[in-house]
Amino acid sequence: MKIPMTEYLRIDLETEKWECRVCDHEIAPAEGNYKEGLLVHNRDPREIHPPILDPERYRFTFSPDPEWVRILEFCCPKCGTQVETEYAIPGHPPLWDMQVDLPALKAQWAARGTEALPDAGPAVIPGRGHSH
Amino acid sequence: MNEMTIRGKLPSAEEITLIKKFLDDTTLFLGPDPEIMQNHDIMPRTAIEDAAIAQVSDAHTVAKIRDRIQAGCDEGYEMVEQMGAAPGAKWGDVITGVYSASGDLAIASAGGVLIFSALVHHPIKFIIKNWMNDPTVGVKEGDGFIHNDSRYGNVHNTDQSMIIPIFHKGKLVCWVASTVHEGENGAIEPGGMPSMAESPSDEGLKMSPFKVVENYQIKRDILTFLQNSVREPKLQYEDMKVKLFACLRIKQRIEETLNSDGPEALMATLRLTMENVRAEVKRRISEWPDMTVRTYIIQDSTLRENCVVKINCKLTKTGDRLIFDFRGSSPEFTNRATNTIVAGLKGMLAQVFLCYVWPDLPRGQAAFAPIEVITDPHSIVNCSYDAPNSQSLMSIFTGFTAGQHAVAKFLYSCPEKFTKVHAPTFNMINTFIWGGVSQHGETLGNLCADLNGMGAGATANRDGEHALAPIFATMADIGEQELNEEEVPFLQLVSKKMTRDAIAPGKYRGGQGYTMMVATKDSEQWGFMTTAQGAKIPPIQGLFGGYACGTYPLSKVKNVDVYDVLMNQPEKFRHSIEEIMNEQPFEEASYSTHHMGMGFEISKRGELFMISQGAGAGYGDLLERDPVSVIKDIEEGLMSPEVAARLYKVVFDPKTLAIDFDATEAARAAERQARIARSVPYAEFIKGWNQPKPPAHLQYFGCWGDDVGTLYMGSADVTRRGDQPRPNYMMHPKDVRIAELEARLEAVGAMGNEKK
Repeated sequence: MKIPMTEYLRIDLETEKWECRVCDHEIAPAEGNYKEGLLVHNRDPREIHPPILDPERYRFTFSPDPEWVRILEFCCPKCGTQVETEYAIPGHPPLWDMQVDLPALKAQWAARGTEALPDAGPAVIPGRGHSH
Repeated sequence: MNEMTIRGKLPSAEEITLIKKFLDDTTLFLGPDPEIMQNHDIMPRTAIEDAAIAQVSDAHTVAKIRDRIQAGCDEGYEMVEQMGAAPGAKWGDVITGVYSASGDLAIASAGGVLIFSALVHHPIKFIIKNWMNDPTVGVKEGDGFIHNDSRYGNVHNTDQSMIIPIFHKGKLVCWVASTVHEGENGAIEPGGMPSMAESPSDEGLKMSPFKVVENYQIKRDILTFLQNSVREPKLQYEDMKVKLFACLRIKQRIEETLNSDGPEALMATLRLTMENVRAEVKRRISEWPDMTVRTYIIQDSTLRENCVVKINCKLTKTGDRLIFDFRGSSPEFTNRATNTIVAGLKGMLAQVFLCYVWPDLPRGQAAFAPIEVITDPHSIVNCSYDAPNSQSLMSIFTGFTAGQHAVAKFLYSCPEKFTKVHAPTFNMINTFIWGGVSQHGETLGNLCADLNGMGAGATANRDGEHALAPIFATMADIGEQELNEEEVPFLQLVSKKMTRDAIAPGKYRGGQGYTMMVATKDSEQWGFMTTAQGAKIPPIQGLFGGYACGTYPLSKVKNVDVYDVLMNQPEKFRHSIEEIMNEQPFEEASYSTHHMGMGFEISKRGELFMISQGAGAGYGDLLERDPVSVIKDIEEGLMSPEVAARLYKVVFDPKTLAIDFDATEAARAAERQARIARSVPYAEFIKGWNQPKPPAHLQYFGCWGDDVGTLYMGSADVTRRGDQPRPNYMMHPKDVRIAELEARLEAVGAMGNEKK
């Protein structure tokens, strides 16, 4: 049984692995930190949150200060889907954000059965019209 | 010199008894009671409640009475909202509730600020414990008690409660309370939330629970003292009356139930409502996966200076237990106002569940009762009696966001959900607090309701809504600015216009915030302050690959009278912060930016103060966002075409905005490959990234990495143990600046021969 744990991650209870829900890539052991099986990019926050005020003239611009905070972008090494972000103080170790008790997860889903699996999935079919 | 050992005579058993009696009889000060203040669970069932439940426990009867009491609370809420004088009352920063005879909140009004009611059980329990049997006070029919000091159970002392006991045939059956964000409280700055407070003594009126009403009449001598202690004496009187009459209306509804169904039915309903909710919460928690989720939220200022203040959160669920562990969060600041008492944090965490996760549950104290909270003593989320806390919202709200972010990661895999999985909502009170003498000659001090326009976080299936609601009251209003302007001497020249490009991208983007531009017009004695963090570091996190919001500064334009400009050269005026600051259309004016912790500042006619409300967080990978939605955001002025194209990799005609879907798919595929190319494996990344201590260039407060037992106190070299409090003083920002400038003068030999 495969349990969807986040928008892009699931745990295969048989293989005991974190997997990518977009490309099925096997990421990391389910009892460990899934981030260890991902790629990381240290993003300058100004690239995502663009300065609205002229940075040449003003101290505060609507952009986060890149010397105070960075965005760690974690992506799947196979398909490049951005699985998680972490706004981090420079040098702060990334968090082990989801530490799963695997035996308990197995027992919980053994009792529930597959019918209870949530049907929300990552697939988005973009509209092709321009209807508004 | 020989050492001497001096040992006194040990007291006898009789003397010990006498000493104990003396100490018990001679309480010098009834401060906040830790036994009351540290406990957020419901009280044990009493024998009277047991007997009542033995008589009445039919689910239909209980539901009928609960609905009647709920309707009574809602009626009281409407009364306060319609009649209250405080701006906060008019916009729904209000709550009413019915409490059990033991003081637990059983039923709260559907609208308003639930955190108030989740905290008012503390002062009621204080009254029960200390005043009920005190011959100099007592609790009688017709009494009313007032309270605002957060150390006895409240968010901050700008919120005032009126609490009345309800008797039936001489026996106490329950309590009713009404709470309003009143604003003014006589603090060092107007408006009730002073950032400049360096000790509780700077924070204005601090009311421990005391009797202010007898025989349903407000005692005039005490009222006059209270009026004399604040900047808005008329408001103080009016809203005390409003709260009292709202309580009396709820009392009337309760009496109708007492007369029709009897006191046992009422008491059984209150008790069973709480017990059933508590049991249901444990059942729902047991459906979550057993897991530990870690997150942290950063406050980037104390509202006096920029620094890095960590709110650390580890949320662990095992079976039907759920434990919030906030150890590792920043030490409390001895002379800054951003600390909170732990009950305030718990009250706000209760809102995560009652407003965002399980809004179907009856609103009351029981929904958070079985959830556990751990903190370090004397930390920013569990501050001491001597620490100022008038800006506790900073820590309460960032604590809320840590909780909201962590909870979302538990909910995704749950088959049974009661709301959609939700990225964090914006959490800062980006609004103007104001004060001075109005155009009518009245002394005022309060705030704009725009704090209620926080952008919502995106959910698993749709974008966040813009300027939706404050995190502390999902059913509040923003109010009519024009009505406000009849009473205050300033105008919002731009109001409710979305701030373009202040975005939180994602597959579903966060709801955005709007621009506010204010300028004083009709008073020479009027000023503003702002009290928010997040001008250097976003105060929220994104979810599942989505991004947080950006940052939000304060912009000022001085040496200009925009009313003259509007009268004589209206074409020069611009309607966005971006245009005014970048184009600088007013000659001779000075333009500057600041963090959002502006202390109270007197403004001259026509000077511009400009801020923006914030965006909720994005959800999911932005490359999955529907290109049609991206174009819609451009058309609605939420995002510029350049930013949209660069971030979302949507290819479109810049003139017609027609999407080239094939080119978009190709651009997104290329971007995914580019991500892979520019990123590095985790193990390799942390070798270069991880540092053993906080960076030397930041004033950092809180734990670093996994070592939650060591709290940094502003530098990599100064620490305390989490469980061993130490004072944590900050220098006055002006002294810091003077020292910097003097050092520069000394470096160039320009200090002269000034004697030290």
